[in-house]
Amino acid sequence: MARAVSKRRKLIVTVLAWSIGLLIFFPILWTILTSFKSEGEAIELPPKFLFFAWTTENYAVVQERSNYLLFAMNSILLALGSTLFALVIAIPSAWAMAFAPGKRTKDLLMWMLSTKMMPPVGALIPLYLIFRDFGLLDTRGGIITVLMLLNLPIIIWMLYTYFKEIPGEILEASRMDGASLGKELLYVLTPMAIPGIASTLLLNIILAWNEAFWTLALTTKDAAPLTQFIASYSSPEGLFWAKLSAASTMAIAPILVLGWFAQKQLVRGLTFGAVK
Amino acid sequence: MKRVYTGVLGAMMLAALASTALAETKLTIATVNNGDMIRMQGLTEDFTKDNPDITLEWVTLEENVLREKVTTDIAAKGGQFDVLTIGTYEVPIWGKKGWLVPLTGVDDPADLLPAMSGGLSVDGKLMAAPFYGESSMVMYRTDLIEKAGLKMPDAPTWEFIGQAARAMTDKAAETYGVCLRGKAGWGENMAFLTAMSNSFGARWFDENWKPQFDQPEWKATLDFYLSLMADAGPPGASSNGFNENLALFNSGKCGMWIDATVAASFVTNPKDSKVADKVGFALAPDNGLGKRGNWLWAWSLAIPAGTQKNDAAQKFIGWATSKRYTELVASKEGWANVPPGTRTSLYANPEYAKVPFAKMTLDSINSADPSNPTVKPVPYVGVQFVAIPEFAGIATTTGQIFSAALAGEKTADAALAEAQDAVTREMTKAGYIK
Repeated sequence: MARAVSKRRKLIVTVLAWSIGLLIFFPILWTILTSFKSEGEAIELPPKFLFFAWTTENYAVVQERSNYLLFAMNSILLALGSTLFALVIAIPSAWAMAFAPGKRTKDLLMWMLSTKMMPPVGALIPLYLIFRDFGLLDTRGGIITVLMLLNLPIIIWMLYTYFKEIPGEILEASRMDGASLGKELLYVLTPMAIPGIASTLLLNIILAWNEAFWTLALTTKDAAPLTQFIASYSSPEGLFWAKLSAASTMAIAPILVLGWFAQKQLVRGLTFGAVK
Repeated sequence: MKRVYTGVLGAMMLAALASTALAETKLTIATVNNGDMIRMQGLTEDFTKDNPDITLEWVTLEENVLREKVTTDIAAKGGQFDVLTIGTYEVPIWGKKGWLVPLTGVDDPADLLPAMSGGLSVDGKLMAAPFYGESSMVMYRTDLIEKAGLKMPDAPTWEFIGQAARAMTDKAAETYGVCLRGKAGWGENMAFLTAMSNSFGARWFDENWKPQFDQPEWKATLDFYLSLMADAGPPGASSNGFNENLALFNSGKCGMWIDATVAASFVTNPKDSKVADKVGFALAPDNGLGKRGNWLWAWSLAIPAGTQKNDAAQKFIGWATSKRYTELVASKEGWANVPPGTRTSLYANPEYAKVPFAKMTLDSINSADPSNPTVKPVPYVGVQFVAIPEFAGIATTTGQIFSAALAGEKTADAALAEAQDAVTREMTKAGYIK
């Protein structure tokens, strides 16, 4: 009896999980399908789901009109660069907060998080002026620094939570064995926190990849990532939905593939320490 | 031998210097994603062939993103762009602030349509050159109006539009008499409602900048709009903007659509529209007060004051807005694809006169007067907007209030009272009302 109930429950949970998964994935699927329609079919009411005249014309037009590879390369560099740069700062910071907390560590953590609550537009003009004066407008270095600073609070918070799960005694033991601080961080702490670091890395790559406010405001052409590539296909007066969908599909494809292959790491990292 | 080497070396150095000199000026052009602009990007060879020392780099962006980006850049003198694509709203404001360079290289400025050049000049100097101009008009289904037993006049009244819309509506068959903008935004529902209100004799402000939403003209405008949309509009109209209405019209769900003249080429294109062969055009409606409910807009090219490449930018704008460019487009892509609404000579051309919506576009543009947009005098310039920096903010707030009224969340009276309060507060804060 108990077995039957558990089977039924398993079935319900599976169906529910698939339904929610499909519901979340549906907008992406719809975008991909629209990218293979003609502009006329893209706006047709009622819309056709699968039975339409499939065409790759939109991809050809997008490819011809924009330098996709430059935008994609910038996206990869900005996402990877800002995340790696942030990890270099965040790992020692999170170590200090987790294993050598001071009187104000908790306040400091809360303050860091509070910076994420400020609307970014509030800092636009000052930052724009700084960028202008230092010649950083439309440079990869400039935008990597901004994205790094933007995601630093989240990275430190995530790493701090993972590090807290690691027994301090292990680090103490390594110190007893004569490991220096650098060695302790590099050879003892980091390998133990690999799942946490990996999920932090992946999540922040996704966040940096999707960041649109600062990348649109501070880049123009040389350092412009895929967010700008998509923005060039949107139009309030003119229906270019099929081309916009083709551009969107091309923009999300790399991160979709990365997310698919890394999903195990992501889930493992996000649930790390959730159940003791 | 040594002399030969020196000669070769000298020639190489000269060649290197010449090639750097040739590719010296790189113009960065910020532009919007619309058909005419994209077409121009494909035809620039004609310009670079005559100006081998100038290279063009395009930054194409969605209109609202572009507006934010370009405004930030010009206000902070970031110098990221050498040529800007800006709208009729920005030109007088930015021109007055000294953010734009007066244009000197425009081909035959006297040929520009007076309604256009007037709105783009500050103190008699042309601050931006119109690349394409548009107004608004009625696009209607010839089959549906015939079925309703009516005939669309060339210059209809709002009363006729109301009558025709109700007669064409068949909600069971999902056919709606009229599709109008309802989505909140200063460039969305407020562009339409402000233009419409002009024909009802309403105005945003009196001569002392006092908001006028408490006046009977605005009440008549909003009452008419809300009741027309309730009787003959599509469901969910409060979230419909240009694109949503275009999709509805092209799928055969709207009897009439009053919107930008640029839509004419979309609704008559058989590739995108199911009703391409059943579309007629008429002037925007009036109310017998001498003003029509149409707007006036142009995407224009301008030079930001911070640029170091003024000469090259002037040359480029001169080419892009010239009669020669018009002829180039006509020779490559046909007269129907020529950027409309900027030059008198275009409308005098017998070839262009054959384009079905050409005359209606010209008549619509000519009937709009940015300096005297409505019946009573106003202290501002602009037909479907008020050319003051505060307008985008206050009109977006007002647009949200009117959109909520269209969604049935509040009455017309409540919406107008709320709009009056909100605009009065902002205008007082901005120092217009003492």
